[in-house]
Order: sequence, then structure tokens, then C-alpha cells
Amino acid sequence: MLSRVANSLYWMARYIERAENIARIVDVNLQLLLDIRNLDEQRLIAYWQPIVQAAGDEESFFKIHPHATGAAVTEFMVFEKTNPNSLVQSICSARENARMVRDQITLELWEELNRLYLFVRSPQAREVWKRGASEFFQEIKASSLHIIGIINATLIHNEGWWFIQAGQFLERADKTTRILDVRYQSLPERGVPERISSDETLEWSAVLRSCSAWDAYKSLYAADVHPRRVAEFLLLSYRFPRSVRFCVNELNRALRLISGVPEGRFTNDAEKLTGRFLAELQFSTVDEIFDVGLHSYLDEAQMKLNNIGAELFRAYIFQPFENPDEVHLVQQEEQQQQKQSLVSN
Amino acid sequence: MKRRLVVGFYGCALRILTNADRIGWCDLSKTNKKQLDKMLQQYQVNGGFDEMLDLESGVRSHYRKFQKLFEELNPEELEAKRQAVDMAFLRQGVTFNVYGDVQGAEKIFPFDLLPRIIPAREWEFLERGLAQRITALNLFLHDIYHEQKILKDGVVPEFYVLSARHFRREFVNFNVPKDIYIHICGTDLIRDGQGNYLVLEDNGRCPSGVSYVLENRRAMKRAFPSMFEGIGVHPVENYAQELLKSLKYIAPAGVADPIVVVLTPGAYNSAYFEHTYLARQMGIEIVEGRDLFVKDSRVFMRTTKGPQPVHVIYRRIDDDFIDPTVFRRDSMLGVPGLINAYRAGNVSLANSIGTGIADDKVMYYFVPRMIKYYLDQEPILPNVPTYLASEEQDMKYIMEHLPELVIKAANESGGYGMLMGPKASKEEIEKFRQLIIAEPRNYIAQPMINLSQHPTYCDGDFDGRHVDLRPFILSGARVSIIPGGLTRVALRKGSLVVNSSQGGGSKDTWVLYGDE
Repeated sequence: MLSRVANSLYWMARYIERAENIARIVDVNLQLLLDIRNLDEQRLIAYWQPIVQAAGDEESFFKIHPHATGAAVTEFMVFEKTNPNSLVQSICSARENARMVRDQITLELWEELNRLYLFVRSPQAREVWKRGASEFFQEIKASSLHIIGIINATLIHNEGWWFIQAGQFLERADKTTRILDVRYQSLPERGVPERISSDETLEWSAVLRSCSAWDAYKSLYAADVHPRRVAEFLLLSYRFPRSVRFCVNELNRALRLISGVPEGRFTNDAEKLTGRFLAELQFSTVDEIFDVGLHSYLDEAQMKLNNIGAELFRAYIFQPFENPDEVHLVQQEEQQQQKQSLVSN
Repeated sequence: MKRRLVVGFYGCALRILTNADRIGWCDLSKTNKKQLDKMLQQYQVNGGFDEMLDLESGVRSHYRKFQKLFEELNPEELEAKRQAVDMAFLRQGVTFNVYGDVQGAEKIFPFDLLPRIIPAREWEFLERGLAQRITALNLFLHDIYHEQKILKDGVVPEFYVLSARHFRREFVNFNVPKDIYIHICGTDLIRDGQGNYLVLEDNGRCPSGVSYVLENRRAMKRAFPSMFEGIGVHPVENYAQELLKSLKYIAPAGVADPIVVVLTPGAYNSAYFEHTYLARQMGIEIVEGRDLFVKDSRVFMRTTKGPQPVHVIYRRIDDDFIDPTVFRRDSMLGVPGLINAYRAGNVSLANSIGTGIADDKVMYYFVPRMIKYYLDQEPILPNVPTYLASEEQDMKYIMEHLPELVIKAANESGGYGMLMGPKASKEEIEKFRQLIIAEPRNYIAQPMINLSQHPTYCDGDFDGRHVDLRPFILSGARVSIIPGGLTRVALRKGSLVVNSSQGGGSKDTWVLYGDE
């Protein structure tokens, strides 16, 4: 498979997953605010600012907007053209990557991704948005899940598909850590919080809802929402398909199927770092994580995922081959032309 | 039979509305067809040749079966089908890019539901004419890059060849695989007022449009599934297989299972959709310049498993951009060292380097002579009468008749660098006069041909619009031509410019098994 194609498939998957996660995170915050009473402007900002921080785009946000008001944050996260990570821009990037490899993907996938792209760029998208943000986000999430379904059900599960899986799960793991990090300011720096207010319960439920984890969580822990359990579930569950452990496990599998290298060994740094991170997730407890401090743990997890992405790029996409020097080629060509002109004279 | 004559349109052309037209279209007894009926009644034959209607006998015989089935649709059904087709094109991204357009830059190529129909006998004639023409052109290219007999015998003046912008001196005495220069050719045909087919130009570099032929057919099959069976239309599906066969045919000697790729300038090229489409249909990789590199005069592509060899390149990049070490140094699209590998015989290119000379509109003038010279045959398909500005006699004529003539720059395409005398302002005409005087070698002149027209659905009405035809000709072990080709239609009323970049659309082209 062409390196460029692998790269495009990988980024297509990442951007689709990114758009979906933005929809989740903004949607849930909007819904959460409906349940919280006595909101003044200051408190509203306390709810919206962490959303920008979670996305890691604080700097570019404050260049455009002075305050993290609800309207400013949603506009920035959803429609902002200058924010390459906004929902609309992510969909544009996903579609652009798909267009680069139009010949490698199925008609069904292209049609749905193109439909989503045309939708978010149409005036109609704004109308749907104005009528009700939830309906808008529902459309995005449904389309993203539809696309994932199409990817699984219509693409050949070959090397390209494994690059898509790698991109999807790497992005999802990263976004789950960011969603989990949204409420870190209400936590002590280290250790498990003892008392949880009723607003905080609502907030942590919102975190679960952002990951579509509410139902799954309830079936395991009943309705008792506590940050320790939420973190345990979203980080360490090995069955929940949006938990970090689950995602890293899938990423590990994809990398091994790409290279054909069995478990317990590695041939490049992407495999090494992924295997190491997975082992750590497999053999950690949530109390150990809170001992380090949830926020610093998540920070480090994001670093690890970034490094894996960089190593994956180095191993498969950008391989420095020994290229003959261009100057040398030009000289060769000039000699050839001289020979030629001797012949034709 | 009552006839109404309306003077006007293009100078001498007459607009004739006859009862005969109505009889052909609208002999309907069913009442729910009233609206469609009315739309068709108002259709006018504008002086020139109409593909579907004949002033004497109404609907031409090869359109009758189609007409009968088409009349059974009511206007709502028709509108629904039209919208479904447009939606399908947009959703599938059957688009072309418009240079200089900042707004997303993709447009769908407008598609008209009324197919252009060619009867079997007419197609056989066209096939023979096109095969004759490509054979002569390939012999000509081989000759001018080797012995140059045609120049020495004075059939084509040496000056014209040696001064041609796309003549590649560097490739004199270079042997291309199997002696084929143009593997894929798109030859544009038009019909004059009497319905005679004329060759307008040959595209021997990277002709595009074949993907629309294939997609248009898919769309028509979806919209009118029952028609094809009843009418008997030649399929076009096996184009990709034929193309791949032609490409494998030129693989370097000794390569048993050649790796063939399509080389594209990238996603921002106007024909990118077509490049990916063809690659997908052939089941081969589509690569950009940066995916390839050359080592020891061999071409490789960069893959996730390391370098992989490449043997045949169907390149959709012009000569100028294909190798920055040989041609344009500033090209970012090409592959450094590719020409060196080509010379070493380790990789084959389609089309070959230096075929652009066959696109030169001055060379076009000489094609009938080439046919006689190499094949000792009379040309089956005539050229449009052409005047060369660098011939004294012709120049005089051109200068005296500029307002009636169409002027074309020898090396432009896509409807650029052109003057339509009868439609141009005085200033434009004078501007071209100066251009021609400054550089006569670069200009030719032709009389204005009133292209044939075809009924076309425009804003809820049927109206005549001008059309041309671009068949695609493949040269491999044998010459093979996709049945029909791309019918382009000038959607602006009265316009004679069919290029997609200038408001053109397309139609499906049906070649019938029979004559009716």
C-alpha cells in the first residue's frame, strides 16, 4: 500500500472520530446546563472554559474570543473556520483525505462522508443548529456511526483498513482522556475526592454521557456516580468500546496486523510504545491513578498517544529512502542531451 | 404542411418551426401527457442539423424507439429522474474542479437526460475513419522522431515540425515500446449543416472525459433501466479492461507481470475524479509524483512495506511537468529521473513523450496528407477547412475575412485562446489581427461551423443546444474505440462552446446495434 494512501486513510478516520467527539462533548455540556440551577455568567464560563481546554485549543480560542461564553465556545468548537479542529473543519479534513484516496474506499463510504460534508457546509446546517443544537449533534453522531459501520461492513479488511482502525482508536483514546479531564478542577490534585455534591454528580454523569457510557456504567455500578468509578470505567474497562484500555488494545492489534509481528515483540517504536502503554493499562488500578493525580495521569496519557502517532508516521509514512541527488540527475541529463545533439547533427 | 420561417439567429441561419416537428414528437392520444406534450411541441429546429429531428420526416428513424418510451413518462416522473441523477452525481463526487474558484472548487458536470443516439451504420463509418486517423498519426510520430521521410519528401514542411512547441528534439531516434506513441486519443468530431461528420481536433496528450462516458451510462441505466433492453445499445463498461490491456501491452521486455499505475498531478487537478475513477476501474494504484522515486534508472513507489517497482505509467501529467531534471525545473508534480528510467527502457509511459505535436492545430491541417502519405488511402473523416496564417495565400484570406472566421491558437485547448469572428467585438477582432501578424506560426483560421443541435432539457423546456462528440481511441495490440464517446453540449442558448470550463454539459451517447 502506498504510504500516502495509508496516511490519508489514517487521518480520514481520525478526523471522523474527532468530529464525533466534539459533537458529544459540546452536546452534553449544553444538556448539563439545563439541569444546573443558579447559573450566572461567571459560573457559565466555569462550565465552558474546560471544554476549550479539553480540546487543547485554548490559545487559538482566546485570539478570537475574549471570554469563554457558551456562544463563543460552541461557535469555536463547531463552526469556526480558522480552528482546524472544529467540528466542521474536521469533517472537511476527513472528506479531503477521503478524496485523496477516493479509489481506495467504497462508494458507500464516499457517498456518506460526502453527504455529511455537504450538510455541514450548507445553510441548512445552520438552520438545524438554530432550531436545536441537539438535533444537529444527533445528525453528526449518527452519521459518524453510520460511517464507522460502513467502514466495517463494506471495506476489505486489509492493510488500509487496519490503518483506519489505528487512526480511529488512537483518536478515540485521546478524546476519552480529554473528556474525562473536563472536570479535573473539582478534584483534589492527588487522591480520591471524599464528598461529591449533587451538581458534581450531574457533571460526572455528563462526562459519562459524552462517551455514550451512561447505560454501560449503570449496568455495572448502578446509578451511583462517583469520579473514582467513572475514571475506572473510562480508563480501565476492557470491554467498553470507548475506554482508553479498549482503544489502546485495538490500536495494538491494528499495528500488529499491519506489520505481522506477534505479541511480545516489536519491530518499530510505534509497536513498542503501544505495547508498553497497553501493559500499563492492563496492570494498573484506579487508586494508583488517583494517587498520581487524575489530571497529571491524563496529561501523560495524551503525551504517550501523541508519541505513538509520531512513531507510526515515521515507521510507515515518512521513510527516508536513499534518493539520488537531484543535481546529479540534472548533470546526467545534460550529458545525455549533448550526446543526443551529436547524434542528430 | 404549414411552415413558418423566422429569419435570424446567426446571420444567415433560419429558424424554422414546422408542423412536421410536432407530428414526430407529439402524436399522443393519452391525456395525462398534456404538459410534456406541450413542451415538446414548442421545440424548434434552428436552421442547422438536428440530431433527432428531420424537417421532412419528423423524428429520425434511429430515435423512434427511444421517443416512444420517453413519451410514456409524465413531466413529474421526468423531473424526479432528473433530480435523482443530479443528486447521485453530487453525492458520488462526479465532479470537475474549476481553476481560480475559491468556493470549494468542485462542480458537477451538468448532465442532460436526453441521450444522443448513433445508428450502427453511422458508427461503423466513424470507427473506420478514427482508426485510419490514429494509425496515420502514430506512423507520423514515429517518422518525425526517426527518419523524417515525410519532411524530406516535402509533404509536410520541415519548418512546421521543427518549430512546433511540443516537438521533443531530445527524443529523436528514441524507440518507444511497440512503436506506439499515442495510446489513448480523444478526437473531437462535429457535424456541419448537412450532418456530415468533421474532425475538429485530435487530443494526443492526456485527453480527459472518458469517466463521464462511463458514469453517464451508469446514471442512465439507473434512471431508465427498461430502455436499454428494448432499444439495443452497445455497452461501454469494458473500457477499463481495454485500457489496462493496452497499457500492459507496452510493458518493458521480460517483465511477466507488470505493475501499472496512474500518475496524477493530484487532487486539485481538474480531472482528478477521472484519474481515480480509471485507477479504481482498472484495479491499479493511483500515484502522485511524490509517491514515486527513481533509483539506478528504475522507478519505485513508496509503500508501507518499502519500495515497490513500477513498470508502466499511465501518466496524466503533461511532458513539461513530468520530470523536473529534464523539462520544467520548477515542476513539483513530476518525478526526478523518470525520463532517464524511460530512456533506459525500464519503465514505459502512455502516452509517450512528444505526442503533443499531434495536438498542434497546424499539424492538424496536414493529417489528411499524412493519411495519404503513409496509408495510401483517402481520408474517411474530413477536416474542417483550415487556413494557416503562416502561408502567404491563407494569411491574405484570413486578414480579409477575420469577422467571419474562427481563429485558434495552435497550442491552446479547453476553449481558450480562441476568437469567434461572427460573435466578437471590433476590438477583439483587431486584437487578434495583431496577434496573428506578430506570430503567424501560432494561428489557424476556420470557417464558423454551425454545430449540429440536439434536443436538451432546459429550464423545464426542450430546446435545441449545440453538441460535439469525443470518441476515445485506444492503440494497443489493435485499435479499439469505446462505442460512442462523450457528447458535450453547450448549455447556453446559441453557444457553440461545449467545454466544461465554459458552461458545457454532457449527454449519454448510445450506439445502437441496429439502424433503428
